[in-house]
Amino acid sequence: MSVLVEISEVSKVYERGRQKVEVLHHVDLDIQQGDFLALMGPSGSGKTTLLNLIGGLDSPTEGTLSVAGKRIDNLGEGALAKWRAANVGFVFQFYNLLPMLSARKNVELPLLLTRLGAAQRKRNANVALELVGLADRAVHKPGELSGGQQQRVAIARAIVSDPTLLVCDEPTGDLDRHSAEEILTLLQQLNRDHGKTIIMVTHDPKAAEYARHVLHLDKGTLVERLAHGSSGPETVPA
Amino acid sequence: MKYFHLVWGALFRSKTRTLFTLLSVLAAFLLFGLLDSVRTAFANASGSVAGVNRLVTFSKVSFTMALPKSLQPRIQAIPGVAEVSYANWFGGIYQDPKNFFPSEAVAENFLDLYPEWVLSPAERDAFRHTRSGAVIGQSLADRFHFKVGDKIPLQATIFPRKDGSNGWDFDLVGIYHVKDPKLKGQENALFFNWNYFDESTRFSSGGSTVGWYVLKMSDPNQADGVAQAVDALSTDSDHETKTQSEQSFTASFVKQFADIGLIVGAIMGAVFFTLVLLTGNTMAQAVRERIPELAVLKTIGFSNPSVLGLVLAESVLLLVLGGAVGMALAGAVIDITRAQMGNTIPLAPVDASTWLRAVGLMIAIGLIVGALPAIRGMRLRIVDALAGR
Repeated sequence: MSVLVEISEVSKVYERGRQKVEVLHHVDLDIQQGDFLALMGPSGSGKTTLLNLIGGLDSPTEGTLSVAGKRIDNLGEGALAKWRAANVGFVFQFYNLLPMLSARKNVELPLLLTRLGAAQRKRNANVALELVGLADRAVHKPGELSGGQQQRVAIARAIVSDPTLLVCDEPTGDLDRHSAEEILTLLQQLNRDHGKTIIMVTHDPKAAEYARHVLHLDKGTLVERLAHGSSGPETVPA
Repeated sequence: MKYFHLVWGALFRSKTRTLFTLLSVLAAFLLFGLLDSVRTAFANASGSVAGVNRLVTFSKVSFTMALPKSLQPRIQAIPGVAEVSYANWFGGIYQDPKNFFPSEAVAENFLDLYPEWVLSPAERDAFRHTRSGAVIGQSLADRFHFKVGDKIPLQATIFPRKDGSNGWDFDLVGIYHVKDPKLKGQENALFFNWNYFDESTRFSSGGSTVGWYVLKMSDPNQADGVAQAVDALSTDSDHETKTQSEQSFTASFVKQFADIGLIVGAIMGAVFFTLVLLTGNTMAQAVRERIPELAVLKTIGFSNPSVLGLVLAESVLLLVLGGAVGMALAGAVIDITRAQMGNTIPLAPVDASTWLRAVGLMIAIGLIVGALPAIRGMRLRIVDALAGR
C-alpha cells in the first residue's frame, strides 16, 4: 500500500485573545492508502484539529501536509475549497444535513460543484443512497428520518463524488448502539469493498474496534498506535 | 439555475417568518405601484406629445393674474401660431368641497384646440350656441352619473354672480372622452362658455382680460421661437408673460397645490427605508441561524464567492417575490379603481417603465439587505462555525 497522507512536523497554534494555545505539537504521521484509522484521545488532545488539517478545513501553523502527493498546507482558501470538493468526503457527529432539502438533494450537493447535468447528478445520488441502503427514502427530508438514517444520508453525501478520503468526526457520537453499529459496519464496508481511506475521530473504544488502526493523541502529540490484526490489537511505534 | 433549489429552500426554511417578510415587501411595492401611478398621472396630465403642439401663455408674476384680452390678435399674428384661445379658472364646487374637479370658462374656439377630446359635431355646435352650456369629460360624467341635458349646479368660490349669489347653473350639452389611457386624467373637468362667465360674474372685466392663453402651433418645431416672440410682446409692461409648453404649465399649476413628485418620493423613501431595516433584520437572523449549514456548504467545497452569491440571491429573491406580487396587485387595484370610478382619482396604468423602476428597486434593496449577512457567511471560518463558535 502507498502512503496517502503524509504529515511532517505539523504544529497548530490557536490564538485565543492574547493567549496562544498549541493544539498540535510537531506531529509526524503517515496514513496508508486504504487504511481505516481511528483517532482517539481525551478532549482537547487535538484529534479534531488533526482531522480538520487532513481534511483541508484548516491549515497548520508549521510543518507540511500532503495528500496523494499534493501539498495542501500552503494552499489558499479558494484552492483548498476546490481540493476538498474533489478529494474529501466529510461525515459529522450531528449529520449536518440541510433540513429544507430531501435526502437525494442533500446527497447531490457536492455534485453541484461538478459539471454533471441534473439527470446524471440524480442518478449518482440514487446510487449513493442505494449503497447506504436508503434508496427508498430519497424524497424524505432529514426531519422525517431517524438519526441513523440521517447519518447514512450524510455518508452517501460524503461518497457521492467518489473522494479518495473520508474524514469522519464522531460519526456515531449522536447515535444509539444499534444505529452506531450499522454506521460503523457501513464505513467498514466502504473501506473494505470500495477502497476508501477513512480517518475517524471517536471517543468510543467499541467504535475504534472497527478501524484497522487506532491512533491515540494526548496534549497534541501522538502517543500510541494500535493495529487490529487477526490475532488482536498490537502496539506499534507512533 | 442549478442552485435555485438551494436558494428557494433556504428562503422558506422558516415559513412563517418569510411569509410575514414577504407581506411587508408586498405592501411596500403595492404602495409604490399606486403612488407611482398617481405621480405618472400628474406628470402626464397634459401628455408630452400634445404639449409640444400647444403652448400656454400666462402672467409672469402669478398664474392668478389676468392678462389683457388685447394680446389675442397680437399673438395670433406671430408666425407659427395657428390659433389662439383663452380660458379662466373658475374653481366651482359641486354639492360638497370633497367633490372638487377643475372647472374653467373657455373661449368659443377652445375645444377646437383639443382634437384629442372626442366630441360629436352636434355637441360642439351645442356648446357654441348654448349660453349656459358646458361640456365635461367621460370620467366626470361617470363619477356623478351626469348625462347630456342635465343641469349642473356649481357653487362659486372665487367668482360670485352679479346678484351676489354663488350659485351657477350649467346645461350639460356634451360629454367628451379621451382615447389615450395615459391622458384619461383630462376627462375629469368641466368647461363652459366664456361669455356666460364674463357677463354674469360680479368681477367681470367687461371682456378686457382673460386668465391665460392657449396657442396651437402650426409647426411644433417653432415652439421655442414662438414662446420668445409672445413674451416679447409684453416685455417691460405691467403684464409680462411667461409662455411654456402645456405640460410644464400643468405641472406648475399642480405644484401650486402640492409637489406630487416630492410627496411621493418622501413617502416611498420612508417606506423603503423601513423595508430595508425590516428585511435586513430578517436576512441577518436567517443567515445567523444557518451558519452551520453555510459551514457545511463550504466544507464540501463551495467557495467564498458561491456562499456570498447564494445569500445575495436569497435576499434578492425575497424582494422580487414580494415585490412582483405587490406590483401585480397594484396593477389590479388601479384597473379596478379606474373601471369603477372612471379616473376620478388620477391613476395611470402600471406600465413597463414603472415595472422597470420597481424591479430595479427590488434588486437594489435585495442586494443592500443581503450584503452584510452574505459577507458574514462568506467570511465564516469553517472550523469555528462547525464547533458552534
